[in-house]
Amino acid sequence: MSSVPARQKPSEQADPVPADPGAVLEVNDLSVEYIMETGSVVAVDHVSFELGPGEFIGIVGESGCGKSTLLFAIAQLLAPPARISGGSVCFRGRNMVGLTETELAAVRWKDLSVVMQSAMNALNPVKSIGAQFADAMRAHGVRSKEQIEGRSAEVLRMVGIDPVHLKSYPHQLSGGMRQRSMIAMAMLFTPELVIMDEPTSALDVVAQRSLMVQIKELQRDFGFAVIFVTHDMSLVSHFSDQLMVMYAGQVAELGATRAVFDSPLHPYTAGLMEAFPSIRGPRLPLTGIPGSPPDLARPPHGCRFAPRCPKVMPRCETAPPDEYWVDGRRVRCYLYAEAYSPQAPNEEPGSPP
Amino acid sequence: MTEASTEPVLRTERLSRHFKIGNALSRQVLHAVDDVSLAIGERQIVALAGESGSGKSTIARLLAKIYKPTSGEIYFQGTPLSSLRSRRDTLRYTGLVPMVFQDPFSSLNPVFRVSHGVMRGLKLHRPELSREQRYAEAARVFEVVGLTPAAEVLQRFPHELSGGQRQRVGFAQALALRPKLILADEPVSMLDVSIRIGLLNLMVRLRDSEGVSILYITHDLASARYVADRLIIMYAGQIAEAGPVEDVLANPKHPYTQLLLSAVPDPRAPLGVGAETDRGEPPKVIDPTPGCRFRWRCPLAIDECHRVTPEPRELLPGHSAACHVARADAVTEAFR
Repeated sequence: MSSVPARQKPSEQADPVPADPGAVLEVNDLSVEYIMETGSVVAVDHVSFELGPGEFIGIVGESGCGKSTLLFAIAQLLAPPARISGGSVCFRGRNMVGLTETELAAVRWKDLSVVMQSAMNALNPVKSIGAQFADAMRAHGVRSKEQIEGRSAEVLRMVGIDPVHLKSYPHQLSGGMRQRSMIAMAMLFTPELVIMDEPTSALDVVAQRSLMVQIKELQRDFGFAVIFVTHDMSLVSHFSDQLMVMYAGQVAELGATRAVFDSPLHPYTAGLMEAFPSIRGPRLPLTGIPGSPPDLARPPHGCRFAPRCPKVMPRCETAPPDEYWVDGRRVRCYLYAEAYSPQAPNEEPGSPP
Repeated sequence: MTEASTEPVLRTERLSRHFKIGNALSRQVLHAVDDVSLAIGERQIVALAGESGSGKSTIARLLAKIYKPTSGEIYFQGTPLSSLRSRRDTLRYTGLVPMVFQDPFSSLNPVFRVSHGVMRGLKLHRPELSREQRYAEAARVFEVVGLTPAAEVLQRFPHELSGGQRQRVGFAQALALRPKLILADEPVSMLDVSIRIGLLNLMVRLRDSEGVSILYITHDLASARYVADRLIIMYAGQIAEAGPVEDVLANPKHPYTQLLLSAVPDPRAPLGVGAETDRGEPPKVIDPTPGCRFRWRCPLAIDECHRVTPEPRELLPGHSAACHVARADAVTEAFR
């Protein structure tokens, strides 16, 4: 693919000056729309967040809430009919929106890598793992055979796979090993940011937990930042620094993971927490959240969660709420409109304690 | 089993299913299910839990008569299934023991209205009903599963319904046949978290008000705990542990159950350490030799585990584990 019109930067959009030069990634007011025959569907609606070096952000939400689209937009992997309709994605201070494929290729995999949901589909079935590793390294100018073999073996060992499997084909590995080798591949150049789209969803709980621990260990050793998209919020509860809850394309709540779990502010977050049966403690009857997420082609006029919200007020149905800052957290809900201002405070938003 | 006094709705005795794999040069046998004896009582939800490849779906298919057992027997209300010869008997059985599938997006025919499946099932299994009676019955079961207003929902096409609603259609189709036992193979795993609880609550309601038993196949122990009366843990085609759900989860006897429990992500509990030490995965059971199938991953394995396949032993009332090391009184902690 050469430069695609959809990726061109909106004309008046000036590169915003990053407020915090220390941030690895700054997403500002990012919106993504899908152009359909019947009009456009806004799948990601003015999403902002920022990620410091070595930070781990979990992005959770139901299917269709825009979490995967957001992630593709960050990695500049969107293809028509999806296009970034506004906002910026600054990776190490440089706006990625509107870069050409050549410019992106230099960054991709070297500084920013992506681990996809299904390793079985992301790996090439007719090439050995080692050949695929070599491909990625050659594409970034590593020519020496020794270097390629040495580094390939090294990253496989890092994720706990015997380097003999460099000669193996994807189908010869178990699901867990395939996901691990995907992660190993993402580690080839020790990137600063690794983006993961439900890397554990095809795995069983035991394999899932050990992979999460592994990711966390690698992160501690190499200091890369992680964006981790999942539909299972309990999975990231012990691993992420920040937690972003998305609903119908918008940020419902964003804050330090522990704080969000201990006292969810948005009624949707609270509902999600109540929807998980617990394995310990008393067996309580749960209700879940009635109804289903809105059709993004026809979003509700007011708050997008209003039709399902147990705390709905008249104003929720007329105008959409802003994001309000509540004790270092961002919440898109009118419950907090009176006591808190929609203006961002000066201190660092949503940073881990 | 606890329900020794009354005959269970369904029970299996040393049920096995093997598959031949490989080509003429390397004949191998995959033991998908081996010597599984279980019982499902009246008005009981039994959860069958285990990792993928542990044989839980194979059991469902054996019970649904999609597969024939390699050996062993299934008894439905005391009658062995191998004695069902005529098409009429088989039809009667499949009506009494219907199945609800995992994927609500592919298990409904997209070109027909959702009434089609229910009406067809009724026509086949309850031919005595007139057309009006069939329609009334379809509307009734739609109301029971919470698809209201039934008259309107019956006229919709599958694509007009959400995943949760489609899965309710699956339960309505099963319910229309006046079942004794519903085989539910991962009925909620494809649904969003906020929708799942509604389906789990529906299963509880079907048990309590309609009096059906449910075999709930899942890999999610927390949801098993939420709905089930009994819990059966499978590992590599065999039952590792079985018992009342709270007993098994509060006092797991089999090291594998302990490993599974320690790996369940629970935001309300501190981080377990068990699963961090274990990187193994369930084996594919091809031409197995005697011995416990968990022994390579088990920190407590003794010599006997490498020689003798452990049989399920009742350690506490109604609570059994297939482990040489597990004891009734002592706490064995392999993973915590």
